[in-house]
Amino acid sequence: MEALGVTILDQHILSLLIWLPMIGGVLVLSSGGDQNAPLARKLALGFSLATFIVSLSLYTGFDLNEKNMQFVEHHSWVAPLNIFYHLGIDGISLLLILLTTLLTVIVVIAGWEIIQERVAQYMAAFLIMEGLMIGVFSALDAILFYVFWEAVLIPMFLIIGIWGGPNRVYAAIKFFLYTLLGSLLMLVAIVYLYFATDQSFSIQEFHTTPLGFSAQVYLFLAFFAAFAVKVPMFPVHTWLPDAHVEAPTGGSVILAAITLKMGAYGFLRFSIPITPDAAHSLAGPVIGLSLVAVVYIAFVALVQRDMKKLIAYSSISHMGFVTLGLFIFDAQGMEGAIIQMISHGFVSGALFLCVGVLYDRVHSREITSYGGVVNTMPVFAAFFVFFAMANAGLPGTSGFVGEFLVILGSFRINGWFALVAGSTLILGAAYTLWMIKRVVFGPVANDKVKALQDINGRETLVLTALAAGVLAIGVFPLPLLEVVHVSVDNLLQHAAQSKL
Amino acid sequence: METIYILIPLLCLAASIVAGVTGHLIGKVWTHRVTIAAVGLALILSLLVAVDVFRGNVFQGSVYTWAISGGVSFEIGFLIDRLTVVMMSVVAFVSLMVHIYTVGYMHDDPGYTRFFSYISLFTFAMLMLVMANNFLQLFFGWEAVGLVSYLLIGFWHERESAIAANMKAFLVNRVGDLGFILGIAAVLYLFGSLDYATVFTGAQNYNGDPVIGPLGFKWEWMTVICLLLFVGAMGKSAQVPLHVWLPDSMEGPTPISALIHAATMVTAGIFMVARMSPLFELTTTALSVVLVIGAVTALLMALVGLVQNDIKRVVAYSTLSQLGYMTVALGVSAYSVSIFHLATHAFFKALLFLAAGSVIIALHHEQDMRRMGGLRRSMPVTYITAVIGSLALAGIPPFAGFFSKDAIIEAVHLSNIPGSGFAYIAVLSGVVITAFYSFRLIFMVFHGKPRFSDQTSSHLHESPRSVTIPLILLAIPSLAAGMLMVESALSGALFGNSIEYPSAAEGAVQYTALGMVLHGFFTPPLWLAVTGIALAWLFYIRYPLLPGLISSRLTLIYRVLLRKYGFDELYQMVFANGGRSFGNWLWGFIDIKLIDGLAVNGTANVVGWISGIARRLQSGYVYHYAFAMIIGLVLLMSWKLWA
Repeated sequence: MEALGVTILDQHILSLLIWLPMIGGVLVLSSGGDQNAPLARKLALGFSLATFIVSLSLYTGFDLNEKNMQFVEHHSWVAPLNIFYHLGIDGISLLLILLTTLLTVIVVIAGWEIIQERVAQYMAAFLIMEGLMIGVFSALDAILFYVFWEAVLIPMFLIIGIWGGPNRVYAAIKFFLYTLLGSLLMLVAIVYLYFATDQSFSIQEFHTTPLGFSAQVYLFLAFFAAFAVKVPMFPVHTWLPDAHVEAPTGGSVILAAITLKMGAYGFLRFSIPITPDAAHSLAGPVIGLSLVAVVYIAFVALVQRDMKKLIAYSSISHMGFVTLGLFIFDAQGMEGAIIQMISHGFVSGALFLCVGVLYDRVHSREITSYGGVVNTMPVFAAFFVFFAMANAGLPGTSGFVGEFLVILGSFRINGWFALVAGSTLILGAAYTLWMIKRVVFGPVANDKVKALQDINGRETLVLTALAAGVLAIGVFPLPLLEVVHVSVDNLLQHAAQSKL
Repeated sequence: METIYILIPLLCLAASIVAGVTGHLIGKVWTHRVTIAAVGLALILSLLVAVDVFRGNVFQGSVYTWAISGGVSFEIGFLIDRLTVVMMSVVAFVSLMVHIYTVGYMHDDPGYTRFFSYISLFTFAMLMLVMANNFLQLFFGWEAVGLVSYLLIGFWHERESAIAANMKAFLVNRVGDLGFILGIAAVLYLFGSLDYATVFTGAQNYNGDPVIGPLGFKWEWMTVICLLLFVGAMGKSAQVPLHVWLPDSMEGPTPISALIHAATMVTAGIFMVARMSPLFELTTTALSVVLVIGAVTALLMALVGLVQNDIKRVVAYSTLSQLGYMTVALGVSAYSVSIFHLATHAFFKALLFLAAGSVIIALHHEQDMRRMGGLRRSMPVTYITAVIGSLALAGIPPFAGFFSKDAIIEAVHLSNIPGSGFAYIAVLSGVVITAFYSFRLIFMVFHGKPRFSDQTSSHLHESPRSVTIPLILLAIPSLAAGMLMVESALSGALFGNSIEYPSAAEGAVQYTALGMVLHGFFTPPLWLAVTGIALAWLFYIRYPLLPGLISSRLTLIYRVLLRKYGFDELYQMVFANGGRSFGNWLWGFIDIKLIDGLAVNGTANVVGWISGIARRLQSGYVYHYAFAMIIGLVLLMSWKLWA
């Protein structure tokens, strides 16, 4: 028995990570109606914690100097079509998987008492989504990737559509159609590559197969449609604010922290290595759109009246840094982009939780419903201000690391890029601190604020965990960077070689 | 020794955490005991380190590797040289004084423990800033002091004006930080490292192509880098046009106005330029810009100081003006003189702020000088120390400010880089104005008849000892520091080779303390200062109706000064309102109307419209379908036949 356990941990750890939460999700679902809600919660916590602990062994077992994929699993799946159950990760996937497993635990705890209806279904949706997202980050077969990619939409659609706000149906459908439309073009690209590679769906073979320039351009654009919507990049970003506003807190956290990263991950895994020549020649427009996202979206964020919308727009602006970092083809830029992804997972997740804390008490997301929260919730206010500062990229928090590296990298390419990107120093601080000023500071605005209770132990635990992460990455980002060095170098070297 | 280096900032950090996290448990007394003990220890250790450094033990090394990316190693490390230890000692000393003073000043404030936590955190950040051996850590400290400044300006967070001021301070500083971070990026791009030593060596040997800027102008890289870095310094050290946040920062409690917004944080920009002196020495263009900006700040802000009635704002504008003096010194390459003035200014300006705070508390939070007067009898210690501070500020020998300010004026006089002529006039005029507003304050607050209610005057008494002791302790260096330091500061010996010492700028001015005083009697600055004091006496003691008369005659000038040249209104209109309108337009028009309305929902509508048409084809009537089949069949057959 022990031997079997060791083998599974040894050779099937990625499968375990994918299927453990999914099986957990099914079990939680079968716990029945809301009369069994306590059981459902405990089961969900147990499975998410178990998945998190297993995922840590990925980190401890990870070889920092290995260029090839690690923890590889390769089994036949649909043999006639050469579709394989092929898993494996590099440093980039590793960080995203760790982010996923950690935040799922956070989300389960955060929804503990907040969700009182259809508890089992709620918890199950997050567990199943966790497994699917880990699948996205570890799939090495394009069809397997596509299945996971599309499947993620379903639980998220349900989370928004069932536990969401009043306008949830519009938001859920908008979210679904927007992303589906992009994904379909990706499927076409995958099928094209299947024939271009002599009938293989192996992503690694996609990487090496030679492609003509115009083919690369079409493929790049097809992939771009899928990934740009997911990131989201300007101008296909308008689904995100609606989805966030209507989603329950947990949904917003996962959406911002992880599903957006799937788009950026797609650029790293598909667009750049498969179509390097097209990626280089189309980098200009992509950089342009990224810079527009950073500046334009920051101004839009400034005038939002709804806190969740503000943070949603801020997410788009921060993701602009990620795409900028990826497409300047510079080691610092790319590593900065990856750190920015992880940091944004922590910070935006935490900010959505903070808004959730307020929403649970006052049932309003409008900034004008608040004012002087610090007077009644001093501990919460400290956390909120801390995460706001991280969002504004204050050194010592994780928010700084990625932005700093991306600015350094883009300066090398073009000083003006760095200037435009750097304007986030001012604009990011402006929209974040203006919100803080109106919500947290000032005299007590109304009776509802006066009656506020400070955060309880559960909320404190969740926010402390995230704050510790934000601080740790900010003060000592080296361990994260070490994990991705080899993968990034490898990717950049690969992308520098023409496939024509 | 290395353990001590690390210990000095960490003591303050630990004290801050203790005060912030457990303050409500250990109570007020233990909170201030812990933080004062920690900062006191940090001061003692700083002085020990200073002695060690002056014996010749310079330290430069890494503490830990923060990150490695793209082949560059980003380190957290210390450079402990003479410049560092002078700054460390000043910071730790003023911080300790402010810690002690706070015990009395804030004793009934509900945020007592939080306040101690913040000022200890500030001390930590400021020490990290001055101890850095690389640009990254400098930027860390830079932003961290900015954060604490933000938290402290908004300390009384129920005041609308306080929380507006702290956001303004943060954002204006961020404008400077943008320049700073681009400067850092440029440094890394050119020299492949952020370590001071590597960069300075690299800069000496650098002879690459200039950059082509907009409109085809050619810029030397060194000029670009130095100007970008200086933009950062302008934010933190509140130089025109990024000065607008500093007067508003007076919304914070007075102890932090002394510590952060007079003595230490705002001088970080000056420190930074001095630290970067090997770079600035390579570019006269940048130095000229520094000089002119400093001169403009020194003069314009001093003029505003003339018309302020809020006691703290007078001192604030004098701080702005004095920061301008320090910047001027940097511009003429007199870096050691600039740091010399930074040090003496830290003492006498902290003293003036704390004295102002003593008055404010005695009058139950009254800050308007028009409702003060005649306090010298009831508050003798505050009065005497304030006079010492004002004499130092006005530049009267043998007080500290005389030596450092005179050295600056002398250095400007000797300089011949572009802009030095204007700067000389500006700093000379500044001397009269400075002396005038300093003694306007003294006369309005401490002399004349009391202008407050009898009820207040019956309770009037000197502040407690925790307030007066720091005043006395700060008065000592305000009196003596100039005499003690002037010789080594002028000869450059004080800072050794930690900063550049171009002999052209300062070498000609070699004085002993006594020689400088004697020399002072034969040069304009001293007499200008005396004139300023005499004028203040005429205006506010001898003929108290004169100021009103003059301001009613010169209404235009008076109003321009009262409105502070309209910077605030301009920025409010252009940046705050403009930014919001722009954001609203982008959101309302492009996001909602164009993208969502036209593209997204438009697509949905078009699909709906087409399917509405397509739906009519499926009418459900058999004869429709039969008819369609017949047409289809005919078409198909005819197509086959044609083909």
